[in-house]
Amino acid sequence: MKHKNLALFEQVMHGIFFFCGFVTIAFVCFISVYLIISGLPAIREIGIIDFLFGTTWASTASEPKFGILPFILTSIYGTAGAIVIGVPIGFMTAVFLSKVAPKRLAGIIRSAVDLLAGIPSVVYGLVGMIVLVPFIRVFFHLPDGATMLAAIFVLSIMILPSIISVSETALNAVPKEYEEASLALGATEIETYFRVSIPAAKSGIAAAIVLGIGRAIGEAMAIIMVAGNVANMPSLFSSVRFLTTAIASEMSYSSGLQRQALFSIALVLFLFIMLINVLLNLLLKKKTK
Amino acid sequence: MEKTKSMKRILYDKILRFLLYFCAFITSAFLVVIVGYIFYRGLGHVTWQLLTTSPSFLSDSIGILPNIMNTLYLIFATLLLVLPLGVGAAIYLTEYAKNRRLVGLIEFATETLTGIPSILYGLVGMLFFAQFLSLGTSLLAGCLTLVIMILPTIVRTTQESIKTVPQTYREGSLGLGSGKWHMVRTVVIPSAIDGIVTGCILSVGRIVGESAALLFTAGSASVLSDFVKAMQSSGATLSVALYMYTMERGKVDIGFAIAAILMILTFFINLSAKLLGKKLKQKHG
Amino acid sequence: MKRRKILGLVMAATLSLGLISGCGSSTTSSSTTSDSSSSSSSESSASSTTIKATTLSGTVSTNGSTSMEKVIGALSEQFMNDNSDVTVTYDPTGSGTGIQAVTDGTCDIGLSSRALKDDETASGLVATTIALDGIAIIVNTDSGVTNLTMAQLSKIFTGEITNWSEVGGTDGTIVCIGREAGSGTRDGFESITDTKDKCVLSQELTSTGAVIQAVAGNPTAIGYASLAAVDSTVKVLSIDGVTPTEETVKDGTYTVQRPFNVVTKEGTELSEAAQAFFDYVTSSDANDLISAAGAVPVN
Repeated sequence: MKHKNLALFEQVMHGIFFFCGFVTIAFVCFISVYLIISGLPAIREIGIIDFLFGTTWASTASEPKFGILPFILTSIYGTAGAIVIGVPIGFMTAVFLSKVAPKRLAGIIRSAVDLLAGIPSVVYGLVGMIVLVPFIRVFFHLPDGATMLAAIFVLSIMILPSIISVSETALNAVPKEYEEASLALGATEIETYFRVSIPAAKSGIAAAIVLGIGRAIGEAMAIIMVAGNVANMPSLFSSVRFLTTAIASEMSYSSGLQRQALFSIALVLFLFIMLINVLLNLLLKKKTK
Repeated sequence: MEKTKSMKRILYDKILRFLLYFCAFITSAFLVVIVGYIFYRGLGHVTWQLLTTSPSFLSDSIGILPNIMNTLYLIFATLLLVLPLGVGAAIYLTEYAKNRRLVGLIEFATETLTGIPSILYGLVGMLFFAQFLSLGTSLLAGCLTLVIMILPTIVRTTQESIKTVPQTYREGSLGLGSGKWHMVRTVVIPSAIDGIVTGCILSVGRIVGESAALLFTAGSASVLSDFVKAMQSSGATLSVALYMYTMERGKVDIGFAIAAILMILTFFINLSAKLLGKKLKQKHG
Repeated sequence: MKRRKILGLVMAATLSLGLISGCGSSTTSSSTTSDSSSSSSSESSASSTTIKATTLSGTVSTNGSTSMEKVIGALSEQFMNDNSDVTVTYDPTGSGTGIQAVTDGTCDIGLSSRALKDDETASGLVATTIALDGIAIIVNTDSGVTNLTMAQLSKIFTGEITNWSEVGGTDGTIVCIGREAGSGTRDGFESITDTKDKCVLSQELTSTGAVIQAVAGNPTAIGYASLAAVDSTVKVLSIDGVTPTEETVKDGTYTVQRPFNVVTKEGTELSEAAQAFFDYVTSSDANDLISAAGAVPVN
């Protein structure tokens, strides 16, 4: 009698835990399906070519136009800009932390990097808005400093911690034998790091870059505060709107086709992110091999 | 011939070494400048009145007590819901799941959830929780949205911590005749407490810093209520309040004050996570 | 041992949470005088900070116009003081968002600083005006310009006039700061200056406060914001020689103005507390507070 109860009880617990595990899959499916279902109607109505490649976004004009090319290009250029600034600095810092720095200094800088990672994005936006935007306005003699440049700068600082920590992990994983062999053959330390360790950690570093891209493309709040939010085609010194800020700016008051178009933008963003995720997974799997 | 080769190599060495130090310096400088500026502009405005009163239009004063309370309520409610789910999922993955593919699928799903930008969570949360489930713009809608966002963190940290439990413990318990659930309850979970607590701390950090997802689900109002009432009404957490005071009311000084408070909170959260992480590593050892 | 420590921490946290939330709700009922009237209390003085308890309870959620912040803030605070069991929340999100929120049912009362459009009234929304508000045209305090004609104003915002020297100021590119597309202030401004769909903006900000702050921070900026909200950090221009004040808004000589509306949905029954709040803000009892906030009451 007791055995039967115990067996049943175990079954129930197994079921409960299975449910918990399954819930994560359910959430992902739910979000994907929701975005796809919400995002398709507008694309169908506007026409996928006009939507993805139209250069004018005028969602509340009397003759509304829903071309999101400005947003797509802005997100791409903005992310590229952040990568161009963030990756070299982050990567070099990772090499420093992993190979060159004395233990205590490395510990201090690593704490600094962790703190940078924990700062909320609105705080970055605030400092950017008060310090960076006026600085850009004065330094470049522009009428207004809220530009793509400000967004790129803020984004690159925000992705630094991710790039640094993943790169550092990859560099730390390079087998000591590689480096010792190189040193034994007469190379200097620096030469060893740059010619042996880094190529060996290639896929981990690539993973860091992809992670940085993912973070940059998904950022909204900090950018809203520094980039001006006008739906222009991207240019370094003009006010721009990203895919994320396009959604954030109009979501709350939109209705009808405008609202559905915003869902479609969300779908496009989601697909970008999924692509990046899959790429990241492939790179990481290569690393563990 | 030998000499120029050496000189070139020496130059290469010096330049690269300088660049390494320089980049590390820039990274640290960013932090120092950002935190320094925030404290410089913000700490002066962190007054007792700011911390303990509600904003009042009749007496023209500003207070962030409602926002502090909203943040605490949200942390409490979210952790309450996400811990069972997350720990349960982690236990399933490490103790119960037999199918390799299913495990891989669940882990892929968890990774995916981490990568989704918070603005998309805000959109889906607003549409599903606030509108479709008629919860309205409320802390509860925000809480449910956060549960989905935070789930991967709890699953991952719990998983890592469960993995440190030596197999011998499990076998010993089962060998002595305990059922699987009993073994999990008495052996696995207690040993995994460190990882679970680390996950909680990281989640708290995430919740405190979250703004995009909450702005559209939990709203931006600043009224003081008790827990039950607050969950049903619109409420801004500290990060959302920072955004509202700076962007909407133009009160930049208050924004910096909140930023200073957030920095101090972030610092403590980071510190606790790090100390616990060290303890975990020692056990893994 | 460790288990007990964790348990102890959790209990302590819960306990302190309970204490704080208990403290929070008790400060709103320090002095209670029972008031048996269930409708809004009529006060002879405009604002009073004595807390009263009435039979009303619950939450009233308002959402919308950022221009109406001071007005709604004062009114809801007074209402909460008069009815200690009621909580009134206000989400400052913009007129368009407030109207959408009432339509979607995510708030009780919407706030709009513009008249409803045809398709909005067609979907069952009802607007009740509680005040008139002037839209102030603001420039940086360093600007030398003090007056613009309506024609100049339109041309500036459509991009025909691009330099301050063309309108009597010092040489400098004009930076036009405006609001997001759903803003009631923007709608009012564009319809009065006849610049609908033609505005060329350098920044589109999402609130009254943000516009004021951006103009205050940029020497060559010009923007539009609710008269009730502007302060001494910016300079207010006169338009066609008329300075915006409560009087000129009231008698209509300052033409750049729009209504402050509370929006409800036909067919949706408001809760007792929400209905009481609605009755309060649309009655003449609210007039003193509305004036004090800088708008012109109409009831």
